Amino acid sequence: MSDISEDRVRHLAGLARIDLTNDEVTHLTAELSKIVDVVATVSAAATDDIPATSHPIPLSNVYREDVVTDDVLTTEQALSGAPEHDGQRFKVSAILGEEQ
Amino acid sequence: MTDLTRQTAAQLAAALADGSTTSVAVTQAHLDRIAAVDGTIHAFLHVNPQLSLDAAGASDARRAAGTPLSELDGVPLAIKDVLVTTDMPSTSGSKILKGWMSPYDATVVTRAREAGLVPLGKTNMDEFAMGSSTEHSAYGPTRNPWDTDRIPGGSGGGSAAAVAAFEAPFALGSDTGGSIRQPAHITGTVGMKPTYGSVSRYGAIALASSLDQVGPCSRTVLDAALLHDVIGGYDRHDSTSLKDAWPSFAEAARKGAQPGSLKGLRVGVVSQYAGDAFQPGVMTRFRESLDLLAAAGAEIVDVSLPSVEHAVAAYYLILPAEASSNLAKFDSVRFGMRATLTGGGTVEQVMSATREAGFGPEVKRRIILGTYALSAGYYDAYYGSAQKVRTLIQRDFEQAFASVDVLATPTAPTTAWKLGEKLNDPLAMYAQDIATIPANLAGIPGISIPSGLAAEDGLPVGIQFLAPARHDARLYEVAAGLEALLHAQWGGPLTAQAPDFDTASPTQSTRTASPTQSTRTASPTQSTRAVSPTQSTRGGA
Repeated sequence: MSDISEDRVRHLAGLARIDLTNDEVTHLTAELSKIVDVVATVSAAATDDIPATSHPIPLSNVYREDVVTDDVLTTEQALSGAPEHDGQRFKVSAILGEEQ
Repeated sequence: MTDLTRQTAAQLAAALADGSTTSVAVTQAHLDRIAAVDGTIHAFLHVNPQLSLDAAGASDARRAAGTPLSELDGVPLAIKDVLVTTDMPSTSGSKILKGWMSPYDATVVTRAREAGLVPLGKTNMDEFAMGSSTEHSAYGPTRNPWDTDRIPGGSGGGSAAAVAAFEAPFALGSDTGGSIRQPAHITGTVGMKPTYGSVSRYGAIALASSLDQVGPCSRTVLDAALLHDVIGGYDRHDSTSLKDAWPSFAEAARKGAQPGSLKGLRVGVVSQYAGDAFQPGVMTRFRESLDLLAAAGAEIVDVSLPSVEHAVAAYYLILPAEASSNLAKFDSVRFGMRATLTGGGTVEQVMSATREAGFGPEVKRRIILGTYALSAGYYDAYYGSAQKVRTLIQRDFEQAFASVDVLATPTAPTTAWKLGEKLNDPLAMYAQDIATIPANLAGIPGISIPSGLAAEDGLPVGIQFLAPARHDARLYEVAAGLEALLHAQWGGPLTAQAPDFDTASPTQSTRTASPTQSTRTASPTQSTRAVSPTQSTRGGA
């Protein structure tokens, strides 16, 4: 059985930066318990002698000269979808809260 | 006069080449069709008629000057909303990207434009491609043209439905666990997931980077191959792009359609994909297709892939883990929506409130699951084990392909279900991908083509072929071979048999879109809901 509790879901949501409502926490706790019970079956299939595959096709690192190419975004383009900016930089609200 | 929307892309290309039609006429015919039926189907999130007609006009000028960009110059194309475009919003079906305009085009979109293809619009999808029904779109579900009370499959239900409903001859999709192939099965169309790395992912809004692959959706195998030829090949903007030289897939499809092409082909039937989970009508049509292949000289053998039993479990660890980190970029700072908090709040509070408001339930579910799978203390048992299962599945395929040329499976266990039926049962929804997921885990190519209609409900059924990595051409050849035999029985593509769904026929006066508004057109019954691109949410669909 999984160890998914409401407290754990709240903690995970904090790590994932999602402000779940209490209702969502209740729902997700029930759903994730069932899902984790199913996906946890992989550990039975995976024995120590099997190597892990992280990528479907073997690839090696891709290198290139460290020079600026002509197809990078301009500052204006990079800022074009930002909710708030000052023309040069992204603007965000306070980094630290009062309790910090 | 021939209905241009009933033509295949290959037929349209031929008609454009011999001057019997123009791209403007072809494009207008598809825009009219969209105006007539998309109020019901909702395959598109965004349509911009003027933009399409401008591109069509430019194509006609090139044809007139004798300088077409490609064989397909002037043929219209629908684009899944997961692919970013500079001239149309790209939302990936999410509220968090509502109205977002990308500063660059996805490589596959660039290549489509460079071939002269005419973009018709952006198609609906499950939010960030998470789902098998397109019901998880923040902008309302797409409906299946075969039965508008039913789902079109997912996540690429919009692209598949657009093609099935003759709103576009072909479309671009993306497939992470079956999002091209399962909607093809559900809507009686063709869908191909290429070898991992053979089509650029640059500008495809990432779901799970080690599984995602962009590919074509169409009504015929040849059309899928023609589109694949346009979009495929190395791209230096994608670090997982393969440098292989690829053969012409259209040529492979044409070769496969010749009589005798299936002689001596060794087809492995995966024994794991049978039994109670599979609807009788799905299995009946599957076996009939195998009989056709055998009658055409193919050798059918049974093959066992013992580890695919664990594929769905492994997938639902790997995908959420990768998705939870890919979706971290939606931070309310660089793009997309930002929630407003009273008193301002810290950047973390604003981020958490934004992600709460901007993500739908399935996205939250998978992000939390992925965060859990990657947590210290669980990583080895879950994510680590899932990656080992991936190795086991690759070994199974390797062993199978030592004795057969292609594998065959039913594409998905059931035909289209009713809207809402599985919405509250995530595990039932996940089980739909049982036969498509292994190809993504192993990086191999897979194609789904229609094999007929299930006797019990009259809905489309697909057959899937799988080949070793890099052997995409073999799939086009085999699929075109079977398609030729099936079309001979049916008298043409399966989509020609689709019943006429209930559409309100539009008149000129009710098409509310004007070029300056760049809106999607609305059908008469919904003329009060003409929406602008940034507000493309359709209520109560």
